[in-house]
Amino acid sequence: MTSKTVLNDAHRALGARMVDFGGWDMPINYGSQIEEHHAVRNQAGMFDVSHMTVVDLQGDQVRAFLRRLLANNVDKLAEHGKAFYTCMLNDHGGVIDDLIVYYLGETFFRIVVNAATREKDMQWITRQAAAFDVEVSERPDFAMIAVQGPVARERVIHVLADIDRERIAAMGKFHAAAAQGLHGVPLFIARTGYTGEDGFEVMVPEDHAEEFWQALLDEGVRPAGLGARDTLRLEAGLNLYGQDMDEDVTPWEASLGWTVSMDEGRQFIGRGALEAQKQQGVQRRMVGLVLDDKGVLRHGQTVLTEAGKGEILSGSFSPTLGKAIAFARVPAGDIGSTRVVIREREFPVRVVKYPFVRDGKPREGI
Amino acid sequence: MSDIPGDLKFLKSHEWARLEDDGLVRVGISDHAQEQLGDLVYVELPEVGAHVTPDSGCAVVESVKAASDVYAPVSGEVVEVNEALDDAPESINDDAYGEGWIFVIRPDDKSDLDALLDPDVYAELIEGDDA
Repeated sequence: MTSKTVLNDAHRALGARMVDFGGWDMPINYGSQIEEHHAVRNQAGMFDVSHMTVVDLQGDQVRAFLRRLLANNVDKLAEHGKAFYTCMLNDHGGVIDDLIVYYLGETFFRIVVNAATREKDMQWITRQAAAFDVEVSERPDFAMIAVQGPVARERVIHVLADIDRERIAAMGKFHAAAAQGLHGVPLFIARTGYTGEDGFEVMVPEDHAEEFWQALLDEGVRPAGLGARDTLRLEAGLNLYGQDMDEDVTPWEASLGWTVSMDEGRQFIGRGALEAQKQQGVQRRMVGLVLDDKGVLRHGQTVLTEAGKGEILSGSFSPTLGKAIAFARVPAGDIGSTRVVIREREFPVRVVKYPFVRDGKPREGI
Repeated sequence: MSDIPGDLKFLKSHEWARLEDDGLVRVGISDHAQEQLGDLVYVELPEVGAHVTPDSGCAVVESVKAASDVYAPVSGEVVEVNEALDDAPESINDDAYGEGWIFVIRPDDKSDLDALLDPDVYAELIEGDDA
């Protein structure tokens, strides 16, 4: 059974090419994914991300629960609307999922997890929540539209109620707030995203999603599909769950150490395993690769290094750079010169620091 | 649905072949195939002089999304490749049956073309592919 977001008809009306994505019928592009990519880097594009799972967590002990559930310390979230990105881990330190957490009050946090992992996430969260008497409720009544690009925020602000414009325009990165759309539609607006560009992710009641989408179209925001979303996030150096990390990979091995807080005395799930791995030495690490030859780096290709074999995780053509880029998991330590195997032929690849693209431009040296 | 030129023959795997006046066969991928692949970013061309057969891929077209083998519709020798695709692989997206041709073969036996699909049969084959 394929699920559809409330914007399905709107996508089809725009001539979208639809694909199955984790059980959801989603637009991969509306013609040219490269043009959509450039629209987001240079102007503003929007993505239907209603397939993602929004979960509200409520109860007196919700903060204590999240201290245990998440690898980052939720105590960093003390200001209303503040958000961060982190992972929830299993007992072995493997990543169950990555997510964004919003602080909405001392007894109320909201999280957004991936669509493809919804079922196992909900089971895990519900199981862990029981001891803390936290109420876990999915919010399928929300559609979600990510509006991204250098002019994305002004486009969104233009379709808000007058009274809220100034406040939302002044909102900092990784903050969220409730606001009203035109005609008083209640919105939840977060200054977050998955493209490396500035912008908002907007939760909108399903009944009003189509009119909100249309209002953004009228503002000149270009619809963009999952294809562009993937190349944008790869250029921006952002991991994709299932491809760059999963339950057999720890944050240390997925360049996600920055999302882990080893603060004293906080016993989050997976901490013991992370400490043990660090002590024994982490054997694998994630690097960025650039292919200067023609060709495309793709998931599963073998990477040959002087320290042993590795493999491509996320790989694609970068529209901003005009060449292929990838994340690869390789042996720890000095890997020397590296090559990738494409259709039984070896090509040299350069190991680079990512993000590959920042502020809409290639990073220096890339 | 774009119009398919009547002088083409097709493989089920979406290659087209056009027998030209000089007896050579020009080859590309169908408009439907390029639509399915999306934006093309790289084409690996066969070697001029290579002998190719329909049994194995002799070129590769890569879009942002995926890599796809291109098969020779008939056996023969590659006599010309479209080097313009090196810099402009998107020609295949823009004009699959014209500027976007990939290579030209001198066929071992022209009558091999008779076994390929006519445009109307191919059109029927791809109908509903998008459903």
